Amino acid sequence: MIRVVLPAHLRTLARVTGEVPVEVSGPVTIGAVLEAIENQYPVLRGAIRDHGTLKRRPFVRYFACEEDLSHDPAETPLPDKVVTGAEPFLIIGAIAGG
Amino acid sequence: MGLGRDEAMSQVRVLVGTRKGAFILSADGKREKWEVSGPHFAGWELYHVKGSPADPNRLYASQSSGWFGQQIQRSSDGGKTWEPVDNKFAYDGVTGTHQWYDGTPHPWEFKRVWHLEPSLTDADTVYAGVEDAALFKSTDAGKSWNELSGLRGHGTGPRWQPGAGGMCLHTILLDPVDSQRIFVAISSAGAFRTDNGGATWKPITKGLVSNYIPEPTAEIGHCVHRIAQHKSRPNTLFMQKHWDVMRTDDAGDNWKEVSGNLPTDFGFVIDVHAHEPETIYVVPIKSDSEHYPMDGKLRVYRSRTGGNEWEALTKGLPQSDCYVNVLRDAMAVDSMDSCGVYFGTTGGQVYASNDSGDNWAPIVRDLPAVLSVEVQTIEA
Repeated sequence: MIRVVLPAHLRTLARVTGEVPVEVSGPVTIGAVLEAIENQYPVLRGAIRDHGTLKRRPFVRYFACEEDLSHDPAETPLPDKVVTGAEPFLIIGAIAGG
Repeated sequence: MGLGRDEAMSQVRVLVGTRKGAFILSADGKREKWEVSGPHFAGWELYHVKGSPADPNRLYASQSSGWFGQQIQRSSDGGKTWEPVDNKFAYDGVTGTHQWYDGTPHPWEFKRVWHLEPSLTDADTVYAGVEDAALFKSTDAGKSWNELSGLRGHGTGPRWQPGAGGMCLHTILLDPVDSQRIFVAISSAGAFRTDNGGATWKPITKGLVSNYIPEPTAEIGHCVHRIAQHKSRPNTLFMQKHWDVMRTDDAGDNWKEVSGNLPTDFGFVIDVHAHEPETIYVVPIKSDSEHYPMDGKLRVYRSRTGGNEWEALTKGLPQSDCYVNVLRDAMAVDSMDSCGVYFGTTGGQVYASNDSGDNWAPIVRDLPAVLSVEVQTIEA
């Protein structure tokens, strides 16, 4: 079970509260977790990464275990602590603008 | 006039899109006491909310965010509850390029939905005008969207250029008589018409003169801010251009200026009285570099002669120290016997008149900046 933290607006959109648990079959990579969260909550398709290109939206970033993974390729494996559920995978809305 | 609607039994619903959510303002036909519902989709930009003429409980809303992109929401109970529908707006075929601000080619990139126009006859059919400019259509209540790519592909698309607010398709008029005819307007490409349901399009700009573009009478490049139409005269359109108020009586084939005695003919909104097709409304704004009313006085101007002769409507509107703007989608009229006129400001006020503009009062004063105002008149 992977723990995912969504930004407040996306929690509202997906109608969830708190952390979101997702199951990932196969290697636990950034892309696999994003795909799992989008499959579980289709309303989030296009809200985290672009529909067609699957590129991260510019004002969204990914963190885990105090590391910024935003620029890592989608196939990057997530840290063991995320895989075991000890630490969450965080999707953050950048603090920018007003 | 004279439909004889029972004011106490009818309902008027004002749908307000703002920078930080949507609000629904409801009253009976007297339009004196208002209930405010919202914010819906709090914290998101709501560029437009509009109801279906075929089913007043069916609403569509464009919800967007610089962070999290575009969502389309749909309600089937008049805005009490909402459900997200498809938010994928994929350009058809080879995307191609338009001109960037500096004149260089720039690929078409979807940014947001500016305007949603439900079909006049089918609640499940709705059009979406988007930035970068294109027209999309859904026939399954928003579950999927397909581009009417004949608009971008008719030939002038590579020469379109964005206005200061982006290259947005912001106006969609569905002809009430000819179901195959649609008018759209794009900042700052101009105005276009199809006579075959969107398959092919042509610019309708003859008579427009824009001195701020290299060729002032060019076929494209005019910064059209808004077009309005009365359903009884579908060939007559009124346009608020960047500068100039214009009219056509031949479905856009020829335009003439009707700015007349307006104190300034810059502005964004324009609308037509529900029962008097020659009565039109604008809100003059000082200039393209000073987006607020002249002299700090918020004045709606009304022409009862289809343009040229204008009168200032001021009763109930602030006449000193008012420096708000009224954006292009932020004026609407209801269809009660005594026509209601509504507009929203960037200062968060929504003003209403229940007597064709003679007297005004704010329904709300302190909303986030208003992006759009639509009205539904619901008969008992």
